[in-house]
Amino acid sequence: MQKKISSIPFQGTPEQEAKLKEAIANHRDDPGAVMPVLQEAQEIYGYLPLEVQTMIADGLNVPLDEVFGVSTFYSQFALSPKGKYHISVCLGTACYVKGSGDVLNKLSEELGIEAEECSVDGQFSLTACRCIGACGLAPVITINDDVYGRLTTDEVPGILKRYKEA
Amino acid sequence: MEMLNIKINGRDYTVEKNTTILEACHKFGIKIPTLCYLKDINEIGACRMCLCEVKGARSLAAACVYPIDREGTEIFTNTPEIRKNRKTTLELLLSHHDKKCLSCPRSDNCELQALCLEYGVNEKNFQGEDPRYEEDLSTLHLVRNNNKCVLCRRCVAACKEQYVSVIGANNRGFDTEISCAFNKKLADVACVSCGQCTVVCPTGALVEKDNTAEVFKALADPTKHVVVHTAPSIRATLGECFGMPVGSLVTGKMVTALKMLGFDKVFDTNFGADLTIMEEGTEFIERVKNGGTLPMITSCSPGWIKFCEHYYPDLIPHLSTCKSPQQMQGAMIKSYYAEKAGIDPKDIVVVSVMPCVAKKFEIQRDDQGRDGMQDNDISISTRELAKMIKTAGIQFVDLPDEEFDPIMGIGSGAGTIFGATGGVMEAALRTVADVLTGEDLKQIDYNEIRGTEPIKEATYEVAGMQVKVAVTSGLKNAAKILDKVRAGEADYHFIEIMCCPGGCVNGGGQPIQPGHVRNFVDLKGLRAKALYQDDLGLPQRKSHENPEIKAIYDEYLGKPGSHLAHELLHTSYVKREKY
Ligand code: SF4
Ligand code: SF4
Ligand code: SF4
Ligand code: FES
Ligand code: FES
Repeated sequence: MQKKISSIPFQGTPEQEAKLKEAIANHRDDPGAVMPVLQEAQEIYGYLPLEVQTMIADGLNVPLDEVFGVSTFYSQFALSPKGKYHISVCLGTACYVKGSGDVLNKLSEELGIEAEECSVDGQFSLTACRCIGACGLAPVITINDDVYGRLTTDEVPGILKRYKEA
Repeated sequence: MEMLNIKINGRDYTVEKNTTILEACHKFGIKIPTLCYLKDINEIGACRMCLCEVKGARSLAAACVYPIDREGTEIFTNTPEIRKNRKTTLELLLSHHDKKCLSCPRSDNCELQALCLEYGVNEKNFQGEDPRYEEDLSTLHLVRNNNKCVLCRRCVAACKEQYVSVIGANNRGFDTEISCAFNKKLADVACVSCGQCTVVCPTGALVEKDNTAEVFKALADPTKHVVVHTAPSIRATLGECFGMPVGSLVTGKMVTALKMLGFDKVFDTNFGADLTIMEEGTEFIERVKNGGTLPMITSCSPGWIKFCEHYYPDLIPHLSTCKSPQQMQGAMIKSYYAEKAGIDPKDIVVVSVMPCVAKKFEIQRDDQGRDGMQDNDISISTRELAKMIKTAGIQFVDLPDEEFDPIMGIGSGAGTIFGATGGVMEAALRTVADVLTGEDLKQIDYNEIRGTEPIKEATYEVAGMQVKVAVTSGLKNAAKILDKVRAGEADYHFIEIMCCPGGCVNGGGQPIQPGHVRNFVDLKGLRAKALYQDDLGLPQRKSHENPEIKAIYDEYLGKPGSHLAHELLHTSYVKREKY
């Protein structure tokens, strides 16, 4: 799947920028600097938006499209931030046959975002994942560290409400 | 040099050590099919079309990157296994290809289609998907259609050679696609419009914007006076579109074809090139005399100008303020010619035939027209002109020669060599030297700045002054010089920069030659040679001796650099963003 690109305005801080600059300076002379700098940038910002990738391109003097190419090639990189509450929907076989696809659709409808996106207020992000080893509870979702099993689509709004009000 | 005895398909040959299989086979008359390979710039061994068997090797070898380094190497290029392998590679490519050959702009010279025919690919063996990608129609100069892309990455390499790299292979696996960072449209990134990606693409995935319908429409409109002018290099390349050898000079046939197409006047942009020299030469002398910004850099190449504006905006003051020959010619058609012919410029449609797709962008720039009128209305490439000639059923190869029309139909030899790297500088020097010495100098061949080397430097003594010049083409090379200028390390007086490697003869709008020709034929060298031959045979070889140029200054512009000349023939530039 192609990676979703966040449309949420960039909110980097001067501290984050200073850290990124340091990471760039540390790797500037390495031949394959893009990869490690992207890794550090992801740790600093949680994701890799245009603004961050531009800083990296300028800092390492490589074309932006090359940085972007690396960031879209490896699955470890995210182009969309994680929300305060990060929801993972298991699309492993057991969950899928028990309707986790419908749960994902319902979540997406309720939150107004697609999988691999983050809501504009930064509260929720949504992702689809592979089997998390809780097949007995299928279909399963996790919200941060909380696990919800044997879910039906009807339960989705109620669960989200808890976090919205938290 | 170590020579190796090898066998290809059971026959004995001798090759230099480390020749690739591809090169060796080419030498011995065997064409190995290639898709991704472009000599020097894209040697990535990615497409697997060129697979051959090396006896004893575990798997088939990519001929394009496999160096023959052992005595007695035995190579097979045409076994049933290899043929089957290549056919499968093609079938996989076609399984998600849009296959609309009948309406595809590259149908007559598509490398993919040709290979499918050669390998007898059977369409019934695979059912393609629906088109997955939207076309990118955002720019004025080209169209990207990833549904026809074979991911050979030749365009990516070409764009990288231009030091631009706004297109790349992004995502992975089945999702891999050629795109701009953050999936932006090409119009929203710092593409310089050079079109180099379109000349290397083997398929219809990257093509110029086709403006021929507008030209046909204007030609069919009885209320319009349609004037065409053709850039210096077109006469050295157009023949290729009709199967003529690379480097054929076809000036007369081209003029005849344009007249048969119904243009009311057929002018020569070489005239505009001569006019450029008059203005640019004068500007240069003035900058030298009055302490203006030096080095002065030529401004005829709109791809180069856009590159400067995006990537080196701090160097804009170095750019000559002269419009390009295309724009000067257009401006003069809508003023001087219109007045002389008694035609309202609003009824004139100026069509330019250019080696370049950045010219499509240039005609719509700000500060390139007057009274809300563009200097040129439509710009088409060499390829588009060829297409029009074919549509009209004109049998180009057999045409007799005709002559350009007055009053902008004469070009000097200096004008004609504008089409090759070094030509503008040589043309300028021919005139500047005469002006400064007040003589009619006989030594006018500036051989040091001819040829296709990426960067050429020379110092000439002109009227007691040492003039240090540099000539470069291809933006990667230009960047090297620009970095020196930026750092204050360059003591040149005058620099010629052409966007495309080799200059306009290798422009982004020039005839497309397939990989197996590009890789082994010196296109830019052969095409340039035709222009230098043209130069030698012309009655005037200096811009200021062109009688029509003398007339336009006498009757209309006054002298070079006059107020009117500034109003009509000079322009300004803007800083543009890099991202
Ligand atoms: S790119 Fe080639 S194979 Fe594909 S539709 Fe066009 S002509 Fe046919
Ligand atoms: S037109 Fe030139 S700059 Fe633009 S994408 Fe193609 S090669 Fe790159
Ligand atoms: S657009 Fe053309 S040149 Fe670029 S990768 Fe696709 S097929 Fe190759
Ligand atoms: S398939 Fe969902 S937890 Fe195993
Ligand atoms: S792998 Fe050799 S031409 Fe592509």
